Amino acid sequence: MKYVISIGLGLLTGAALFVAGFYLNPFVGQPMVSPLSVTDDRVVELSFSAVPSDAILYTDHGESIVTPRPDRVAELWEPAVDDTDVFVTVLQDSRGGTAGIGIKMRSKSEDTALIRGQALANSVWHIYLPGQGTMMIDQTENYWSYIREVMIPARWSSGDNWRGTFHRVMTSGPGSLGTARVSGGSGELAGVTTESVESLTAAGYSAASGPVSMDGSLTIAIPQQQVASQE
Amino acid sequence: MISVQPNGGNVEEFHINLPRDRVMVGLPNPDAAIPAALQWPGSEAVGDMQAEIFKIRDRNETVIGVGSRIASAAESTGPFIEWSLHLPARGSIYVKMEITPSADGFRNGAMVSGTRDFAELSGSVRELFIADVADSAGVQSQIQLQTALVGSLGDLE
Repeated sequence: MKYVISIGLGLLTGAALFVAGFYLNPFVGQPMVSPLSVTDDRVVELSFSAVPSDAILYTDHGESIVTPRPDRVAELWEPAVDDTDVFVTVLQDSRGGTAGIGIKMRSKSEDTALIRGQALANSVWHIYLPGQGTMMIDQTENYWSYIREVMIPARWSSGDNWRGTFHRVMTSGPGSLGTARVSGGSGELAGVTTESVESLTAAGYSAASGPVSMDGSLTIAIPQQQVASQE
Repeated sequence: MISVQPNGGNVEEFHINLPRDRVMVGLPNPDAAIPAALQWPGSEAVGDMQAEIFKIRDRNETVIGVGSRIASAAESTGPFIEWSLHLPARGSIYVKMEITPSADGFRNGAMVSGTRDFAELSGSVRELFIADVADSAGVQSQIQLQTALVGSLGDLE
């Protein structure tokens, strides 16, 4: 009997150590500083509220903690898209004015490997900036830091919520420096290929209803020689 | 279904059944917005730009992704019509369409860029709106998208 108890305790201790090491692993995580902070190109900052209830439209499979909006929006319940969400928002410039409209389509990635600290999503932004043109941003995002530092603490909280300060660059690829790929479509941006990163800054999260206070930012490097060559 | 062409490229057809595959229509006229409660920014902010979001189906009527179509006739840098197709299992395609449809009713476009399975491909896209489809499943009209994509030949040795 004592051997069974010993084996049981050993297994429990091993599992607890594994979970602790997995959760507290200091060698994984997303950077707080954008790799584009040292670029020589002109940088455009577009910010938006990342709280779904502030969005023009948000929809997913309809069974998540986040309520789709507005009322009666179609839900993405079909098997091929039930891990996909769509987010439409107003993008603001650095002075707080309306810079344009962004449509984000995001899906869970099959490359997710939590053991390596990778909770990945593939996403594209389809963006229109009046007076400048259109573009598509293609990126892989890593949500592990967000899950570890915001979502799990909210679950553990007796009030089912989290308040604090979280800021991370979410973009982890496909660029070699962890940047997203930007393809210009029309207007001044036609033919432009460049890089960007998306970051999230969160201050409040509810385990019952999702983000409460969270802002997103798209930092886009605009190479002047490419824009000039289009003119 | 994908059909391989003699030049090594492939042709694939997608479609959108209307009205049931329409997720959003955002435009300056709030009476025409879908869903009805959509709060679209005023024309002073985004001009006459119209944005639509759809579910995308393959030939077997299976929803395989979502897509956005944005268009503006009065944009100061020039009118545009674009598609961004997001197929979660395969990748995304960014397409710029011609403003004027061809005589046979198609609107032609060119792929600007692609991701993952589409990253190394280039080619064209044709868009066709079919107004009267009336079938038993409640489909009233349809948007058909046909992609003709080919990979690069690579470096010759």
